[in-house]
Amino acid sequence: MNVLVAMSGGVDSSVAAALLLEAGHDVTGCTMKLWGGASDTGCCSVADVDDARRVAQQLGIDHFVFSFADDFEASVVAPYVAEHAAGRTPNPCVECNRSLKFDRLLRRAHVLGFDALATGHHARVDHDGAAWRLRRGRDAAKDQSYVLHMLGQGQLGRTLLPVGHLAKAEVRRRATALGLRTAGKPDSQDVCFVTAAAGRASFLGERLGLTPGRVVDRTGAKVGRVAAVELVTIGQRRGLGVAGGDRPRYAVDVDVASATVTVGDAGDLLSREVSLAAMSWVDGPTAGDVLAQCSAHGTPRPAAYDAGRGVVRFEQPAARVAPGQSVVLYRGDVVLGGGTAA
Amino acid sequence: MVTYLDHAATTPMRPECTEAMLPFLGQRWGNPSGGHALARATRQAVEEAREVVAESLGGEPREVVFTGSGTEADNMAVTGLTAVRGGRPVCTAVEHHAVLNPTLALGGRVVGVHPDGTVDLDALDAALDDEVSVVSVMAVNNEVGTIQPLDRVAELVRRRAPAAALHTDAVQAFPWLDVATVARPADLVAVSAHKFGGPQGVGALLVREGTALEPLLRGGGQERDRRSGTHNVAGIVGMAAAMRATVAQRAATVERVGRLRERLADGLLSAIPDCTESGTRSTKVAGSCSLLLEGIESEALLVLLDREGICATAASSCASGALEPSHVLAAMGVSRRLAAGSLRLSLGWTTTDADVDHALRAIPTAVAQLRERSATGTWLTAAPAPRRTA
Repeated sequence: MNVLVAMSGGVDSSVAAALLLEAGHDVTGCTMKLWGGASDTGCCSVADVDDARRVAQQLGIDHFVFSFADDFEASVVAPYVAEHAAGRTPNPCVECNRSLKFDRLLRRAHVLGFDALATGHHARVDHDGAAWRLRRGRDAAKDQSYVLHMLGQGQLGRTLLPVGHLAKAEVRRRATALGLRTAGKPDSQDVCFVTAAAGRASFLGERLGLTPGRVVDRTGAKVGRVAAVELVTIGQRRGLGVAGGDRPRYAVDVDVASATVTVGDAGDLLSREVSLAAMSWVDGPTAGDVLAQCSAHGTPRPAAYDAGRGVVRFEQPAARVAPGQSVVLYRGDVVLGGGTAA
Repeated sequence: MVTYLDHAATTPMRPECTEAMLPFLGQRWGNPSGGHALARATRQAVEEAREVVAESLGGEPREVVFTGSGTEADNMAVTGLTAVRGGRPVCTAVEHHAVLNPTLALGGRVVGVHPDGTVDLDALDAALDDEVSVVSVMAVNNEVGTIQPLDRVAELVRRRAPAAALHTDAVQAFPWLDVATVARPADLVAVSAHKFGGPQGVGALLVREGTALEPLLRGGGQERDRRSGTHNVAGIVGMAAAMRATVAQRAATVERVGRLRERLADGLLSAIPDCTESGTRSTKVAGSCSLLLEGIESEALLVLLDREGICATAASSCASGALEPSHVLAAMGVSRRLAAGSLRLSLGWTTTDADVDHALRAIPTAVAQLRERSATGTWLTAAPAPRRTA
């Protein structure tokens, strides 16, 4: 096949390109240039583009850089800021996969005449005879199927995930054996457009102006202050100015309009249900028993999906899902689909 | 077969240049700043080169400063003049970033252009006063090929800002225009060897007598304290050889390549629907053919052309290799949407009829493929049949 591989400058996509070559495909590399601002998180910076280009040279494949900065700003960065402004907890990596890698870039691959797009994600794509399936990666600790849950049949049938059947250690071993300069590069961390050095507060502060707020308990009594209500996540325990006391207290509600964070104890945080919006399905809607995963590396929990109400009901109550987070539904290791916690 | 249509980015080295350089990559390796025989032998070569460069640029040998690039020459002019004279620099909105960025870094002003890319003289007039240190107006634009009216610019600068120096970036002009004549009204003239068949990594700034400027690089005091650092002797010799060859053949090259450009531009305009030319051909140099393609993404087009063995570009590219929106097209009033479909084909001394034939076959085909496949907007919702495992 004629395959375009998205190379981020990390070790996984480097080895993905190498595996495709070994499998006899006609491989071309590309790197998306998404962010013109500061970045120190190991993805999409100019230095990462340089790493990807060098790996492509070492593998002897063509490499192109695609500048999708406008789309990234409109589809990922601006919604990230707007979600925080509304007191929610967005997942920009999910939006980047949805709007950039598996839409903008996949369309670019199509117009250029490629048969498929490959990435370095730890997940697996296969066909069960009736439909394309998305499954967890072989390395459970590195599984990234959660951030790919929005892929439908049209995308999956054109997507290759060559490292999905490898353990991360094996990926690094292969990169080392090939002498690739990305072999020892740390995994990318956090949000690529928010620098670890300056942090989320600094980034959002420049974009939207953060609101200091009061922290109240469930009786409405003021118990503390926060510097920015937009940065508080449901379930958060630290940084609420309510340390000490006889038991830990958690954020159980964030109301940006009144600049109020409500705290309660662990019991107040428990919930059995979460409503999902903007559902997408790998192969059409389904309902009934599922495993629901509520964060990128969260534990999947037995639950039932009520399609009529759009609600996931968990077998056991657990800490509420922060609004804005993706909830991904699995059956076994197969992704069914997912949505955004309301 | 590779068809090279990116001469505005760099040019193949002329054989005269390679031949002239070889001794200095071998047995003639002395440091020209020294006093012994080996040093004197290379110093002689540098001074002979200086005479050629001076003559080609219309100046005196003592006015020539060798630099490491055109970018360095431009920076030296803008920064070095402002350091001596105080005040702020002024430049046009279509300057190369080598002029634009130092001008902005020094708090300078940027002057707009007309839709054909030539400087708006009224706007320039309004930007000039006694506080201006240096005015930079490029002789020829690197993206669109527009020739600037330097005589009229100079007249305006002398009248409105008599204390200011006039700098011209002649990097793109040298292959096509008699720079010794067109840059006569300028106090400073920058060139880069690899744009006219010389080696990469060497340039020159002509600094007319009486124009004082602070050096960018301080050290051993080479180039009469204007540019420290050991001379790139092979590069300097190569640049002079390429200049000599370029000047000798310039009139013939302009005529020959100009005809090729007419055939290329006219052919593409008639073969491709919704395709227009940026700039005005009568105010462009002979090697420049720049197009705006409705509904096309330059990045995608360039990938397809690369596959077909055609080397071209869109706007000037940035360090990461990604295409940035062209500040030149924006200044000319081209919409961001249309500018996203720009194609820059730049012809040069090696361009042949076969190159034009190849481009006339490949480019309309690539544009048609992109338009056709972009139009199938719903293809992502359809699942392809299984054709593989894992």
